[in-house]
Order: sequence, then C-alpha cells, then structure tokens
Amino acid sequence: MVRRVLALSVVAVAAAACSRATAAPAVRTVPIRIHYSAFSLSHLDVVPGQTVRFVVTNTDPIAHEFIVGDEAVQVAHELGTEAYHPPRPGEITIRAGETVATTYTFGDQNLLFGCHLPGHYAYGMRGTISVS
Amino acid sequence: MRPLRLAFAIFVGILTIVVAAPAWACGGLVNSNGSVTLVRTTTMAAYHQGVEHYVTSFEFAGGKGEFGSIIPLPGVPTKVIRGGDWTLQRLVQETQPQPEAFALAATGAAAAEDAKVILKTEIDALDIVVLEGGGTAVGRWASEHGFFLPPDAPEVLDFYADRSPIFMAVRFDATRAAEQGLADGDGTPVHVVIPTTNPWVPLRILGLGAAADAPVEAGVYLLTDVRPATLPSPLSPGAASALPEGVRPGLVLEASQPASPSLLADLRSDKGMSWLPSSNMWLSYLRVDARAGDLDYDLAVDASGAGRPAPVAAGLDPEGSAPAAGASWFVPALWASLALVVLLGVAGALERRRVGRPAI
Repeated sequence: MVRRVLALSVVAVAAAACSRATAAPAVRTVPIRIHYSAFSLSHLDVVPGQTVRFVVTNTDPIAHEFIVGDEAVQVAHELGTEAYHPPRPGEITIRAGETVATTYTFGDQNLLFGCHLPGHYAYGMRGTISVS
Repeated sequence: MRPLRLAFAIFVGILTIVVAAPAWACGGLVNSNGSVTLVRTTTMAAYHQGVEHYVTSFEFAGGKGEFGSIIPLPGVPTKVIRGGDWTLQRLVQETQPQPEAFALAATGAAAAEDAKVILKTEIDALDIVVLEGGGTAVGRWASEHGFFLPPDAPEVLDFYADRSPIFMAVRFDATRAAEQGLADGDGTPVHVVIPTTNPWVPLRILGLGAAADAPVEAGVYLLTDVRPATLPSPLSPGAASALPEGVRPGLVLEASQPASPSLLADLRSDKGMSWLPSSNMWLSYLRVDARAGDLDYDLAVDASGAGRPAPVAAGLDPEGSAPAAGASWFVPALWASLALVVLLGVAGALERRRVGRPAI
C-alpha cells in the first residue's frame, strides 16, 4: 500500500512539473536586419519578464553592435573604447555579413538599443524598447 | 628641365612649405585602424581622348597611425604612377588669383563576393591597391585590411559600385613615411591613367562621414576641347550670391574661358602631363559649396558639344528631369574624334566635425 501511494505521488509530482514547464512563457524571437547602417526596426514592445532572443543579421561590409540597456549602458558604450567585446546578454558585435543572436530577459523598465561604433549612434543606429 | 621651369618648380615647392594654403578638399573616404585620425587628401583628375588622368595628392597626417583613402574610379586603370608637382596649384592660380605676396600659395603638394585586386603598387610612402568588386566586397576588403569605414560608407560604396566597380585604396605606410622624413601636411601626388568613355567626377564621396549639415567646399576644374555641359547644371556666381544667407548653392560656375597658353604650357611641363594639348582648350572652374547631406550626386561632364551630360554618370535617376543620357556617351569613336580633355582639380575645404569619426 505504501509503495502504491509513493508511486502515485511520484507520478503526480512529475505531472505537475511537466505542467509547469508547458506553461512557462516561451522565448520570443525577434529578427533584426542591419542594412546601410540602419536597424530594420526602431521600436519594440515587450511585456515585463519576457525573454527575447534577438537574431541580428548584418548585411553591411562593416561591423556593427547591438546593445540593449538603459541610458547609462548606452552612454558607457558610446564612451567606451572596446572595438569588439565578449558577448553578454543583450550586448553583441556583429561583424560584416554575420548573423549573431543574443537573449535578454526584460524587467519592468523601458530600455534602448543601439550601435556604438564611432559615429553609428549619431548616424541613427538606435531604437527604443517599451516594457508594458 | 629648362632653367625657367626648374625655377618655377622650386618656387612652387618653397611656397608650398612656407605659405599657408587654402585648405584642399578631402578626396577619399575611409580611414585608419579604428582610430579617428583626421586625414586630408588633395584630389584631381583629367581626361584626354577617352583616357582619364586622375591625380590625387595624399596629405600625410601623422607619424604613428596608418591612414588612407578609397577613391571610386570610372574604369580600370592601366597604370598608377607618381604625379606631377604643381598641376593642382597652377590651376588654382589660374582661377583664384592671390594677393601678390601669396601669388603661388598652394597646398603641399572573404566573403561570398570578394573584391579582386587588379593592381598593387607603392609610391613613396603610399601603398596603393586598385580593387574591383561591388560595394559590399570592397567594403569588406577595406575593413579586413585595417581601414575604418564610417557608417554611411556601405550606402556610398554601393552608390559608386552600381556605376563602376573600381576603387583605389591608398594608405600611408607609417614606417616608410618615417624613413622618408614625411612631416604632417606633406603631400604625395598620385597619377592614375584610366581609359574610359564615361568620365565623371566623384563629388558625393567628399561628404562621406560628415554630419548632414557639415559644409563641403571644393573646386572642380574642367579643361575640354569645347565648352562642356555638366549635370547638375551649376548656378552663375550672381545667382549663387542672391541666395538667402545660410543657403548653400551646391555648384557654382565661377569661370568659363579659353585656357591660356601659359596655363597649358605650365601644366604640360609638369611630370606626366605632356599628353595635354598645347592650345585650343576650354577651362571651366566649378565651385562646390553644399551641405554634406545634400551632396548626393556626382558631376557628369559632356565635352562632346552635344550638351547632353548623362544623369547616370551624375548618380542621378535616369528617369529624372535631367537631360536624357544619349548613346553618344558610349561611342568611343565620338570621344576620339572630339579629342576630349577634361582636367579636374578638386580643391577647397571639407570642414567636418570629426569627433568620433574619421575624416578624409
């Protein structure tokens, strides 16, 4: 009897775990194309806690960046001297002709994205992300 | 060299060093290994009987970093040699007389689609590579070889590659520059010989990397057998001066006159310029004064007398309001019979706010 109860409990726990996995929010994929030093989107809406996988394709013959963050992050990169840096969530370098993905989980704060290679942000390589 | 010409050359050389010259246009586009070194180049081109003679003076801008330019060309060059020493300066004198004390003031002198290297050479401290390829291929080659391209470069490279997939990449070798004792501002003239039936003068490249509201100022010299027609059509000096303050005219035809015998003689006496006819030439001087953001065209020249410069050669929409491009542009026999000579000198100043971006 005890063994039967234990077995049912295990099955119940496993079923609950599977149920939770199925209900978890799916990762949203957002493709972005860079052409003539311009992102293919200038604004994105996400929901709090959402995880987004950005797949960024650079069709230009020059490198670009895709940096997600608040204004302080953008300023830090704009003033930085790192031409290429290791990929971090929401921060990637996309060399000429490459496609690079990065995954970022949003909180409840509106953010910005942009490229901070010399002159690129001022040229218009930037956009906004609204979290609501 | 005859004594008089030697004296002239020495005089020009001395004044080149001593006298502060009017700033020359920046003729190229890309720059150094990710740095933001300011680079200025002096550019000139010439055409004669279907052959373009393109002369550019690259100005050395520092002893440590490498820097250079990429110049779009209308065709495949047959040779790249060291240019003459005073051609640009002499043209400036002809149309912009200076006060006597400054009479000879002038400047010192792997991708799916790979760019194909069709010519490599060295001239003094310059490494020169002529490339054939689309805008993307040439841009990748430049990036992979240490050139830093500003963000508008991809679009501008395609703008030129759509008409001619030939580009010339030029870079100072810092080691050779040091060995040769180059100082900041020293110029090295380069003469490119390009057979072509479709000459045009690159103007849009002058604004590359500049803010949209930055002024681009340059001078374009044309020396032709007959009075040429250009596209875009320039304003007269009177019309330009009548514009409201702050409005830049774009192109102004400052001079249009028979070339003087003394000008032709002086130009012919310069190194590599003996191909130039000694008489019966027409000199035009066009001044470029535009916002970088408005300079989205090149200068098409019809020196055939037909008066039909090609919109395509100017980088304009062939369906636009400009005069239709005639088939005569592409008839070599016509060009040969007209004995076309176009001399172009690009001079002036490209004033840019260059913080955080390259200037050429």
